[in-house]
Amino acid sequence: MILVVLISILFLGGVLAWLSEGLDSKFPRIVALAAVVIDLLVMMALVGTDTEGAGWIVELNAQWIPRFGISFHLAADGLSVLMMLLTAFLGIIAVGSAWDEITERTGFFYFNLLWTLAGVIGVFTALDLFLFFFFWEVMLIPMYFIIAIWGHENKNYAAMKFFIFTQVTGMLMLISILVLAYFHYVQFGWFSFDYFDLLKVNTRSAIEMWIMLGFFVAFSTKLPSFPFHSWLPDAHSQAPTAGSVLLAGVLLKTGAYGLIRFAVPLFPEASMQFAPFAMTLAVISILYCAKVAFAQTDLKRLIAYTSVSHMGFVMLGIYAWNEQALQGAVMTMLAHGLSAAALFMLAGGLQHRIHTRDMDHMGGFWAKVPRLSFVALFFSIAALGMPGLGNFVGEFLVLLGAFQASIGLTVAAAFGLIFASVYSLWVIQKVFHGAYRNSDFDDAHLHDLSRREMFYFAAMMIGLIWMGMYPQSFLDMSSDSLTNLLNETGQLLFAQGSEL
Amino acid sequence: MITSFNDLLPLLPLLIVTATSVIAMLMIGIRRSYIATGFITITGLLAATLVAVAMMDWTNQQVTPLLIIDQYSLFFTVVVCASAMVLAVLSFPYFFELDDQREEYFLLLTVATIGAIVMVSSNHFVSTVLGLETLSMSLYGMIAYPLHSSKSAKFPLEASVKYLVLSAAASGFILFGMALIYAQTGTLSFASVTELPAAGLGDGYTIVALLMVVSGMAFKLSLAPFHMWTPDVYEGAPLPATAYLATIGKAAMFVVLLRFIQISDALSFDSMVTVLTLIAAASMLAGNLLALLQDNLKRILAYSSIAHMGYLMLALIAGHYVTGTIAVEAITFYLIAYVIMSLGAFGVASVISSSEKEFDSIKEYRGLFWRNPLLATTFIAMLLSLAGIPLTVGFIGKFYIFLSGVESGLWILLGVLVLGSGIGLYYYLRIIYRMFMPEKHSQPYRVGGVESVSSYAVLAILLFLLLLFGVYPAPIMSIVATASAFI
Repeated sequence: MILVVLISILFLGGVLAWLSEGLDSKFPRIVALAAVVIDLLVMMALVGTDTEGAGWIVELNAQWIPRFGISFHLAADGLSVLMMLLTAFLGIIAVGSAWDEITERTGFFYFNLLWTLAGVIGVFTALDLFLFFFFWEVMLIPMYFIIAIWGHENKNYAAMKFFIFTQVTGMLMLISILVLAYFHYVQFGWFSFDYFDLLKVNTRSAIEMWIMLGFFVAFSTKLPSFPFHSWLPDAHSQAPTAGSVLLAGVLLKTGAYGLIRFAVPLFPEASMQFAPFAMTLAVISILYCAKVAFAQTDLKRLIAYTSVSHMGFVMLGIYAWNEQALQGAVMTMLAHGLSAAALFMLAGGLQHRIHTRDMDHMGGFWAKVPRLSFVALFFSIAALGMPGLGNFVGEFLVLLGAFQASIGLTVAAAFGLIFASVYSLWVIQKVFHGAYRNSDFDDAHLHDLSRREMFYFAAMMIGLIWMGMYPQSFLDMSSDSLTNLLNETGQLLFAQGSEL
Repeated sequence: MITSFNDLLPLLPLLIVTATSVIAMLMIGIRRSYIATGFITITGLLAATLVAVAMMDWTNQQVTPLLIIDQYSLFFTVVVCASAMVLAVLSFPYFFELDDQREEYFLLLTVATIGAIVMVSSNHFVSTVLGLETLSMSLYGMIAYPLHSSKSAKFPLEASVKYLVLSAAASGFILFGMALIYAQTGTLSFASVTELPAAGLGDGYTIVALLMVVSGMAFKLSLAPFHMWTPDVYEGAPLPATAYLATIGKAAMFVVLLRFIQISDALSFDSMVTVLTLIAAASMLAGNLLALLQDNLKRILAYSSIAHMGYLMLALIAGHYVTGTIAVEAITFYLIAYVIMSLGAFGVASVISSSEKEFDSIKEYRGLFWRNPLLATTFIAMLLSLAGIPLTVGFIGKFYIFLSGVESGLWILLGVLVLGSGIGLYYYLRIIYRMFMPEKHSQPYRVGGVESVSSYAVLAILLFLLLLFGVYPAPIMSIVATASAFI
């Protein structure tokens, strides 16, 4: 029941926020903030309640469309709870980043923001594949509106690309889901879209690989991974800051979550065969997008490409499919959620102040805005994997786990850490150091971070330091879920490097 | 044959609509009153709808060799009558200020509905042709209705003549095909063409006959490559008539095609499967691709309807391979979805338009969301439903189509469907994006005509059904499943 409450608070909060605009255009943001904070508090009730280690902390199963064995099946285990906490936390940050930036049509903006969050929470908790797909698409439409209405100069193109990429690959996933349900029908005599029923389906057939690919394409587009990543830089550079925060922090994680929860466990055999290719794609993402990031002059595009690069580690970890690697993938998801969101907020904040994202027009900001510069430095070194911060733990665990699966690919992926240092420090050098230049823009509004902004950044900094210094508290939460998943797939340790 | 009143009882909805048209005609003869004619039409159609709903549970019989009144035909009688009523409500303010005699429009609408009811209840060639021609004849009139309007900028006459000539040619094809099938089977009832007496003309003739019937019907359904007339006729016709043609006209024709294909076993000929597959794929691709180039809302919806008929063809082909009724259910559900979302989309356009000035360029929808959020939200929901996005009935419809395709293993057509839907997103989103753009200058909607509360009410009901069937489809699914068992 608590899961329904979590989702409905956001849905209803969205409607309320929209309605409250009629009273005052400042009300919606307050309503939105209240809804997300309440959600976070309710979620806290789920933390630490998993005492037996059985995995599922809370579950709700109600009939929905009996004709096809579709149920309204929500459940959360440690992994889901971690992801939901990240979602609500970044939801607060997103509301905060939109606080002053969005001044027009505020009601509809916060409506979309909250509905996106509701869709994401649904994705993280749905255990019926039809319901999962339902939420998967539901989070898409409000995000489209956020980009298309409040975006920047090229918003129509970016929003359209985002929508079409996700929707078309989503349809491939829908076909895969249907084939799987049909297999269940053939093997058991009735239709079911339930996760646990579908896990029992014997998928060993000629088309298993194709069904698995339907899932893989949808998830790796959302992740995104090379070669389906090209929508992300456009979407990020055009989206308003809050949109970027949600995209980078939360929406990308739904792809990774889908791989962990669905793509691999449902098709263990095909996934095992496919793992070397997936890991290779991951390594290409890591290295290629790091290289491309280095070539960008648009600050937001640069961060977007680094996102793809970091999410490559997540995919590498998932397809290594052993405990360390999965723990690392989850850790990277959390840490990257915070660091990327923070970096996008900084880029958005800069754009709000000086109306450009072009790094060629920036330089020597440290003297002018020391607090902002310090925060930027902190999150850059977090992103490049400085020990002591969350990202390092995640990427280190991924590499540790991947090493057992493929030595060659792990060695190649490790270069990603070096590239990350190069582009991160290069950005710091270019934008914040050197001589101050303001020839190309009006610096009248180049203020340092306000107290409210510092509060948000401080919260994210604490999160990253906590993850870096005492990762055990997060690892414990997800370990039961991950162990269960590993057991279900029969501990399929993928072949050693010799196979590649 | 017909001896007692009881034998006629199953025809009650048909008789009510017929009586409505007679009363309306007499009424016009005595004293012209637009309001009274409209009221009689809407009441009559509502009564027919309710009666058909009430009859659904216990009526299942062949009435004369011409008409089959079972749950399936009654189900579609409900759909047809309810849609006709919705369109009558929407037409009322649209034609209110027409600079001509306005009352006969409702007469045409009612007579067209008679034709549609006959079609959905037909399992005989004679009733098929009777229904089809009654429907088409009335539509010629409806399309050309604002002909003498002094201010009308559109070209209703061109549209009507185009439809008349091409439609007559298509009817000719259908009749020729029927004659050939009659030569084979010796009966005008729909019957299997696979188990023929040895003295027949041979499979070659059967295939030719089937092809002629199917291509004639494909013309009426505007399936590629018989779709050329669609955008022109849609654009030239007044909006409510376009909506009638697009929803009831298509749905009634598809029900006939479904019955004919199912009963005749036409798909047991491999060549027929090939032809239908090509038609389906061509419709999905042509419809979606050509819609990309349009700036006129009615033309976009015309091309999108071509694509939607292509999706339905996929399920029709699947019907040959699957066991059980899933394909028929898919077609039935998708037709309901298609009728609801098309009525809604055309309805929004006709609410802001009138016979004197139609707003059918997508440019004119710029900023609609900020000016009239309710209308724009309805329109967006309809468009997202046409695109097959969850929360709407269009998604459940697509789900059905996908499922029937998966069960019958039609992978290539499924691939085309994904591709076509992907392309389709672009032009639906384009319209939606327009509605969200900041308005440049406020545009005067409703140059002529009157605002009507009932139109908004009807749109609200359509929106409600769209979301209800999209979020909680279980009840309608079970009705569809029961009805589909009768095919």
